Amino acid sequence: MPGKLKVKIVAGRHLPVMDRASDLTDAFVEVKFGNMTFKTDVYHKSLNPQWNSEWFKFEVDDEDLQDEPLQITVLDHDTYSANDAIGKVYIDIDPLLYSEAATVISGWFPIYDTIHGIRGEINVVVKVDLFNDLNRFRQSSCGVKFFCTTSIPKCYRAVIIHGFVEELVVNEDPEYQWIDRIRTPRASNEARQRLISLMSGELQRKIGLKVLEMRGNAVVGYLQCFDLEGESGLVVRAIGTACTLDKLSSTAAFLPACNSPSKEMKESPLVHPPSHGCRSTHNSPIHTATGSRLTQNFSVSVPTLIYTGMGSGSAGKEGGPFKALLRQQTQSALEQREFPFFTLTAFPPGFLVHVGGVVSARSVKLLDRIHNPDEPETRDAWWAEIRQEIKSHAKALGCHAVVGYSESTSICEEVCILSASGTAAVLNPRFLQDGTVEGCLEQRQEENLPAGCGFCHIPYDELNMPFPAHLTYCYSCRKQKVPDVLFTTIDLPTDATVIGKGCLIQARLCRLKKKAQAEANATAISNLLPFMEYEVHTQLMNKLKLKGMNALFGLRIQITVGENMLMGLASATGVYLTALPTPGGIQIAGKTPNDGSYEQHISHMQKKINDTIAKNKELYEINPPEIPEEIIGSPIPEPRQRSRLLRSQSESSDEVIELDLSHGKKDAFVLEIDDTDAMEDVHSLLTDVPPPSGFYSCNTEIMPGINNWTSEIQMFTSVRVSRLSNINLTNQTLNKNFNDLCENLLKSLYFKLRSMIPCCLCHVNFTVSLPEDELIQVTVTAVAITFDKHQAVQTTKTHVEKSLQRASTDNEELLQFPLELCTDSLGSHPFSPAKATSIDYSSFADRCNSWIELIKLKAQTIRRGSIKTTVSVEKASPLTEGHFRQRSAPACANSTVGVVKMTPLSFIPGAKITKYLGIINMFFIRETTSLREEGGVSGFLHAFIAEVFAMVRAHVAALGGNAVVSYIMKQCVFMENPNKNQAQCLINVSGDAVIFVRESELEIISTQQPIASCQPACGGGEIAT
Amino acid sequence: MTNELDIFVGNTTLIDEDVYRLWLDGYSVSDAVGLRVRSGILEQTGATAGVLQSDTMDHYRTFHMLERLLHTPPKLLHQLVFQIPPSRQALLIERYYAFDEAFVREVLGKKLSKGTKKDLDDISTKTGVTLKSCRRQFDNFKRVFKVVEEMRGSLAGNIQQHFLLSDRLARDYAAVVFFANNRFETGKKKLQYLTFGDLAFCAELMIQNWTPGAVGEQPPDPPPYSQVDDMDVDLDKEFLQDLKELKVLVADKDLLDLHKSLVCTALRGKLSVFPEMEANFKNLSRGLVNIASKLTHTKDVRDLFVDLVEKFIEPCRSDRWPLNDVRLFLNQYSASVHSLDGFRHQALWDRYMVTLRSCLLRMYHD
Repeated sequence: MPGKLKVKIVAGRHLPVMDRASDLTDAFVEVKFGNMTFKTDVYHKSLNPQWNSEWFKFEVDDEDLQDEPLQITVLDHDTYSANDAIGKVYIDIDPLLYSEAATVISGWFPIYDTIHGIRGEINVVVKVDLFNDLNRFRQSSCGVKFFCTTSIPKCYRAVIIHGFVEELVVNEDPEYQWIDRIRTPRASNEARQRLISLMSGELQRKIGLKVLEMRGNAVVGYLQCFDLEGESGLVVRAIGTACTLDKLSSTAAFLPACNSPSKEMKESPLVHPPSHGCRSTHNSPIHTATGSRLTQNFSVSVPTLIYTGMGSGSAGKEGGPFKALLRQQTQSALEQREFPFFTLTAFPPGFLVHVGGVVSARSVKLLDRIHNPDEPETRDAWWAEIRQEIKSHAKALGCHAVVGYSESTSICEEVCILSASGTAAVLNPRFLQDGTVEGCLEQRQEENLPAGCGFCHIPYDELNMPFPAHLTYCYSCRKQKVPDVLFTTIDLPTDATVIGKGCLIQARLCRLKKKAQAEANATAISNLLPFMEYEVHTQLMNKLKLKGMNALFGLRIQITVGENMLMGLASATGVYLTALPTPGGIQIAGKTPNDGSYEQHISHMQKKINDTIAKNKELYEINPPEIPEEIIGSPIPEPRQRSRLLRSQSESSDEVIELDLSHGKKDAFVLEIDDTDAMEDVHSLLTDVPPPSGFYSCNTEIMPGINNWTSEIQMFTSVRVSRLSNINLTNQTLNKNFNDLCENLLKSLYFKLRSMIPCCLCHVNFTVSLPEDELIQVTVTAVAITFDKHQAVQTTKTHVEKSLQRASTDNEELLQFPLELCTDSLGSHPFSPAKATSIDYSSFADRCNSWIELIKLKAQTIRRGSIKTTVSVEKASPLTEGHFRQRSAPACANSTVGVVKMTPLSFIPGAKITKYLGIINMFFIRETTSLREEGGVSGFLHAFIAEVFAMVRAHVAALGGNAVVSYIMKQCVFMENPNKNQAQCLINVSGDAVIFVRESELEIISTQQPIASCQPACGGGEIAT
Repeated sequence: MTNELDIFVGNTTLIDEDVYRLWLDGYSVSDAVGLRVRSGILEQTGATAGVLQSDTMDHYRTFHMLERLLHTPPKLLHQLVFQIPPSRQALLIERYYAFDEAFVREVLGKKLSKGTKKDLDDISTKTGVTLKSCRRQFDNFKRVFKVVEEMRGSLAGNIQQHFLLSDRLARDYAAVVFFANNRFETGKKKLQYLTFGDLAFCAELMIQNWTPGAVGEQPPDPPPYSQVDDMDVDLDKEFLQDLKELKVLVADKDLLDLHKSLVCTALRGKLSVFPEMEANFKNLSRGLVNIASKLTHTKDVRDLFVDLVEKFIEPCRSDRWPLNDVRLFLNQYSASVHSLDGFRHQALWDRYMVTLRSCLLRMYHD
């Protein structure tokens, strides 16, 4: 009996009228945990009942504590008939189970009913007393911390990064059980919600056990997904990265911890303009395979690009033995692991040594009923197979690890596509083994790690390349080989140097397929997949070149299967990496070059393309410094005839010659318009409209090239469902429709958020689903962050110091990466260096308008009533800032709702996260039988998503938090039946509840932290080395 | 390809002030889109009509969902579904409860019942305010009226507390409620020249001086025998009863003559319309006093403004009294009563005349 759960029901408010006669409600509450139920007294005739109950105590195993949700049901007492349910609240008590997270859950929770939505609120207090349990063979894993964040959380330090953990549990879906025919939709929805809640708890506990086995204490990058397999069941699966994390006890640990890396840095070449000490490695575009059960796992590697002219020669030999040594080390560290995968997308400095390229694998499976839920072997085997595939792809790229790893499924009827993707990489072994910090530092010095460009260097052997690629010497260090383009699924590394800004790049594709059954269907799909994969990559490559960029980060390719079509949507953030060569242009070649008018048409297109490239370069401020020819040294074969494409890429006249030369070497990309398909490709290339001025967008955590964020953020979800006219559907019209749908959606977002300009849409996450034959659903979640156009944060003078600080602080530093640019290319510096030497905080303060003051005050109100935290946190919290006064507007006078920020990013601009309160993982179902009355499908879903946000915020506030970071809407399954006036929607969201403190306040409190005062966007309390 | 579903939900609810205004003004989505297009927004932002349509729909849907909460503004503050910054909440409420001058003049003093609602169609046609907007404004009046009707304490204060309106708007609503409760006639043709501002000004003075709440500070715990009547909404019945006593000012011929001579002496040479004043004094005085003495009848209370215009303002206006002369006259007219030895109701007279004088001066314009 290692735990005691205590629950107190305080009050309710805004309850619905349940008794028409009196216009009032006789409400009481049932509190259920496991098999035990308590009830409050009935509070007669009130819509704002004050139960003020005793403490209900549940004595339970910690295993149950982890698995079971606390279930609170509000009912209306009825003397003569059955009591009517008003609604429920499920509370995940997991955050109370580890010592560093929340100590109490207390606050107003929306009372939720799957048919009526939110119906009033209830005030609940929950506490857990845990007793120490010394039983080594226990089944629980209390104490293991979970984070959705895909980087090392801000107030922690990674001691060891152990590696991949995965688990899946299966069950029958209550919606498809026989009993569902006789029970109400409400009962069925609630059974489903409860089951999924239970399964998530169980899954989390099991993963926790695995982490404990690995001697870790946390899971970072935890991603849990549901597969609604319909008849064949319900699968809940999760992956994550096991770590041993150390809490950074803010002030005490701060100084020593920050000094040592700084000292080290001064001696290392890291901070100098990267010009030496590079080794060779390399990238691949993408390595893919599709397999299907039916065809005995055939595996197709798809070359994505038409590369002509391959790098040859044997430069980089000096790096050879060194590379081998490193590989050996890493290998030993990784080889014990079945799958050397990491779900992280951002890493402690020095962790990532080389990046090979994207690896992905897909497999088409036929679903059948899961016969024994206790042994989910088939599903396990499926995933194991795919992971094996990924692992071997990574090996082929000369890499031992896969980072930025993720898995997904797409299900249509009985066919399921399993997908996995990640970035093959070579990692620094020091994070993977037990070792002291000192040891690591020494090792690091020996290694003489290059800065900024190291990760771009190819990890594979250039004489034995896994695919055709075009290598040159690194444009930063000139010592090692780099590929001409780099695709990855991770965020841009902190130390990467880029030129200009990045941008969102999407490839969109539809392919019709015949309706078919079972095996025939699966075969058809697996036959289509390689082609889709190929085309998606071609599109990505074209668009990347059109933008004048040479690398993609955060690449995510989603293939969605429907009844009669397949959809592919790839999103990534394009950047220009200084280490990689300038991308060549795009050349259009006609099939019948002798036809005069045709020729003219082609040259017209060519001009348009060239103009677009030039325009894009200007737009994204891509003006790389010119590199003298000699330095590059060229083991590169003579280009073919490509004179045509070399024109008009640049506007500055003295650049022209250089550009021409480099283009010549670069082996430009040739598009042959030999059929209508290709014609259409070219057109679609040119139809992508850049965002309006003042707007930027990316799908990574932060926008490369923007670092002066201000504090205003707006997270949003937008959903569109489009109906295709089903006559004469062709691939072309489908593609156009889909393209328009996405483009229009983006345009709408830009329009809606125009008041935030200048701003950047970050972490733009598109999901496509095909709920019915002619319906395409696109869901977008992103966050808009404002930035200060005029405030350049860094200066050339203090560059060195700054990078010291940078390196010693943490991943928050991601914001700061353009620092390095300054020394490299003073002339082409994208930001005005005018306002250089110090950071001006006054404009920050100006932006802290009345609302933010109010936020502080509100948060205070909430906290006061609820939580005790450690003194240090209390000090740093926004809540003690009593001197902020509310404005006199009457509407503000007695508001008690605290503001909770939500963001898909792992940080909050201009603020420091002081505490992680636990993971939020919520699943809701909403159903209606009066669709028209609720405003049609749009009204229904709009209200539901707003309610989901509200419930997430309420849970965070109850934990004592004021924000959710790494928020993600993992599923939004919408089904409608307008004829029956019905609709149903399932939403699954997750994120990390945190407490953050505004940087401006932090300064007042901790003036002894010098670093914090230099950099508005980073905390300064965290060290990751 | 058509969008079946198209939504945007922000963690902070986006409020577009321009669209909110269009919604409040009762325009349909397509009309609103048309108006927005004409405002030149497409050129400014480079958006397409489709984008504008989707944006407008979205805002309308949000407003529709918020409307339920706006009916009880404190709920808007405590609800959890829409995260809205307080300044925006205040704006939403204030704008929702704002009303059109043209509309309020039509319904001011009318009973806020269903029957009147049927007339909204006509009002809409007459005023050019859309029917939808008329409905909202009318429902707002009715809702506020219902909530504060039975409440003790300051009328404007109660309104402000329950509807979180700005001071100014709360006082306007107090006037609307006061007029509706006392059913003052304001729709007659000869009253058309009066603005809502004029009438609200009068209402405020009457609330201050002529209601039971006006007699000194009310103790926080009223003794059991005190009136549990509405404090600010109804006129003070006792006061109206007492006003009959003023009749002596015109009924007693000596008193009337004395009063006239006092006023004339004081004003001689100071008024440009002195002869006219002298000639009309008795008529005017009779008018003002008779109005007071008749206020015990509900019918006459309703006609208060009609009477004021007929008995005082019109005669003065036909003789082309300048406003300043009217002021001098009314000041002297009220003050001179204090010198009438035979008259014992000085306090009552002041309570009546101070308010009436201010009302008349405000109402005295073309």
